Order: sequence, then structure tokens, then C-alpha cells
Amino acid sequence: MPEATEKERSGKVVVRCTVNGRDAELSGFPMARLLDVLREELKLTGTKEGCGEGECGACSVFINGKIVNSCLVPLMQVEGARVVTIEGIASDEQLNAIQEAFIETGGAQCGICTPGMVMAAVNLLDRNSEPTESDIRAGLAGNLCRCTGYMKIFEAVVRACQHSGVKR
Amino acid sequence: MRAYLPAYELQRPASLDEALRLLASAPGEWRPFAGGTDLMVLLEAGKLEHRKFFSIWHLDELRGIEETIEHITLGALTTYTELQSNETMRREFPMLCVAASETGAIAIQNRGTLGGNIANASPAADSPPALIVYGAELELVSARGARWIAYEGFHTAYKQMRMEPDELISRIRLPRASAGDNWKQYYRKVGTRKAQAISKICFAGAARLGDGQIEEARISMGSVAPTVVSCTKTASILRGRRVNKETIGAAQGEMKKEIVPIDDLRSTADYRLQVSLNLLEDFLLSLER
Repeated sequence: MPEATEKERSGKVVVRCTVNGRDAELSGFPMARLLDVLREELKLTGTKEGCGEGECGACSVFINGKIVNSCLVPLMQVEGARVVTIEGIASDEQLNAIQEAFIETGGAQCGICTPGMVMAAVNLLDRNSEPTESDIRAGLAGNLCRCTGYMKIFEAVVRACQHSGVKR
Repeated sequence: MRAYLPAYELQRPASLDEALRLLASAPGEWRPFAGGTDLMVLLEAGKLEHRKFFSIWHLDELRGIEETIEHITLGALTTYTELQSNETMRREFPMLCVAASETGAIAIQNRGTLGGNIANASPAADSPPALIVYGAELELVSARGARWIAYEGFHTAYKQMRMEPDELISRIRLPRASAGDNWKQYYRKVGTRKAQAISKICFAGAARLGDGQIEEARISMGSVAPTVVSCTKTASILRGRRVNKETIGAAQGEMKKEIVPIDDLRSTADYRLQVSLNLLEDFLLSLER
């Protein structure tokens, strides 16, 4: 395959994985950040870059079911992995309950942190359907909001799990 | 400035054996790359000087937590998340679990590994003081074989380690006898804020009491010297003493000689010294609580 030869010559690699349930072949330099590959190769621009150093959580994705900062994952390390981005959280036209709750409470201002906040909330509620207030704060601790609209975000998570009642 | 990506290599050896052969092929030329939580930050900042890496993240030989009567043994790739969710670790080695829970946030804890934290050799790392107090040992493997060494003394100077260029940290072993019920354990990290902060000071202490006297104590601190410090003199003068004002004063006097905190972007030497002495006092008072 001439294309592969050219990639080899340029030092690029092709990595096979699934992204949001679909098989994907991602090409890039082995040390390319998953964040950039998702945004530039697959045009999945819901995943945002905030700090680029693992402090802000804006680039959060799931790899094999675990939430990670995609700015800290080199492309080479997603070989064979299941990657889920914010685009994989809603099903068809139906938003996830957490996304609905963010809309209802106004949990988004400029929007840059929102995908990461939603991912962190999904991660929290997947593991703990009845989080306490402190569980929610801990679950969102890796995500920074530059608009500092933290209370609305916090309320969105509370609302998303309201059917089971958040323990006070 | 961001790094120039084509200049970097990241191999993916199929097995641990293959990784060790790569390491042995040109000692010093290839370096292991685990969860990437430190190296990728350097890469993005254009400060990752080394260029040739091989990923070990996918090597199952370096994962898993094993328990025997004498030891609990952690694969070098044990993540902070895995470490804290292990029940034996939580029951017997709470300081290491707290250290893990206070290193970054969840997304970092899902990728950051204990072996990586040791090999990154930051004097501000959160797990080393706990590892020293627990008397941890490291298994180093190479194409030549494997050997166990004490973790204490492993870091010899800033970012310098007692290992050969063809060696890889494969496992970390904690003796269980040192974590019996009669040991009181105390761990405190002092950072700028609760989540995501790098330590200004990190303190780990454990003591065994009998008849109201300290039979044995161990103390280790991070961020107060070029490497993690084992405060052996401070710990040894505690032996046979009761916790009172004199004991606290004597221990603080020793600690002043054992640590050499500096001014840097996170804190000042004066603040670090004062907080270290306060934590020592708090640790000793906690033995009576």
C-alpha cells in the first residue's frame, strides 16, 4: 500500500482502535497527543484543549472505560483501545441525562470546560449513582472552569442524579 | 514552545522480554514510557530532552497486585486508582492510598503509575515518603536478570537513581509486618489547594507504641531536599520516649538538621521548615489521640 510506505518514511504510524464504537485507523506521529488526533484527524472537536498539561480536564475522554486527559496520551498508546469522546455520550438524537441537566441549570458559560465536565460527571455517576455532595466535588476536582461557574455545574450533577436523591 | 513531534520515537515492544532487549541493545538510548502523566507535560512544553522511548503501558507483566503472608507486591504499572481501590492496601498501607488519592485528580490517577512516579524521581512526589516509611523494596529487571533492592537510598541526588541504564523497575514490594495494627500512621501533604496541587511539603510518619512509650518510629519527607528524605535521626531519638513537650522539642531539633528545604516557585525555605516542624509535632500528638 503506497500510502503506508509514505507514512512509514515520514515516521508516522497507523494505530487501530475504536472511537465511539466505530473502528478507526488513526495515523500520526507516535508521540502525537490523542487530543490532536481526535480533533484534527477525526474532526471530533467536542474534546477541548484547555491547559495541555493534565490540570484542567477539558480534554477528558474515556479509554477502556477509564477517564483520562487526552492531552497526556500519545497516539501509540491507544492501539487496540476503546476510546469514547463527548460525541459518544449522547445516543442518536437523545442527550444524556447529564447533558440535559447542564442545559436546565445553565451549567455552561463559554463552553470550553463543558465537555470535560460532562465526561467527569458521567464517570462519577457510572461508578456511584447516589453521590454525596463531597463525592460530586471530588468527581469534578480534575476539571477547571475559566468562567468559574462552578455552582451551576455542581447543580447540574445534583439534578442529573436527583431521581435517586443526593445525600446531604 | 511545543515539541517537534517527528523528532520523537515511541516504540511498542510486544513483550517485557522484547522491551528489555531494546534497553540492553544500547544502554541509555531508550527509555521506558508508562502512563505519560509527567513525560507528556514536558513534551508539550518543549522540555522533553530525551527523544527515544518505548511504551510499557500495554505490558501486562508489569501489572497486578499480589498478596502473600509477608508482602504485598505491586506491578510497576499499578495506577493510583488501582492502588487505592485494593482493600489490603487501604487497610494496611493507608498512607500510600492517601498519597495516591492526592496525586492529581481522577484522570491523572487512572494513568499515573507507582513505578513511573518512582522513576520520574521528583523530590516533590507524593508516594515516596510513604514508601520509605513502609520499608518498600524495588525489583529491577534487565536482560541480565532481576534483583531486589531497598527503596530507601534509591534516589541518590536530584533525579539520580541507583539503577543501571539497561534496568527497568518492574515491581514494588511492601513488607506487611511493618503495617500491623499496633503501628499508628500519619500522612499529610501540604499544597496550595486541595486538588491537583504539587506538594510544598509531604510528611509520612509511623510509630509503634508500647506502655505509652514510642518503641519505634519512622519518618520520611518530600519536597524538603533534592530527594525524598528518610529522617532516621529524628526517628531514632524518639525511641523509648513518651510524647511530651520535651520529646517534641528534641525531635524538632533533630529534624532541623536533617532537612534542607529551599525557596522555589511553590514555597519558601522558611515556610517549609516551619511547616515541617509543625507536622512533626502534629504527628507526635496524633499518637496520643
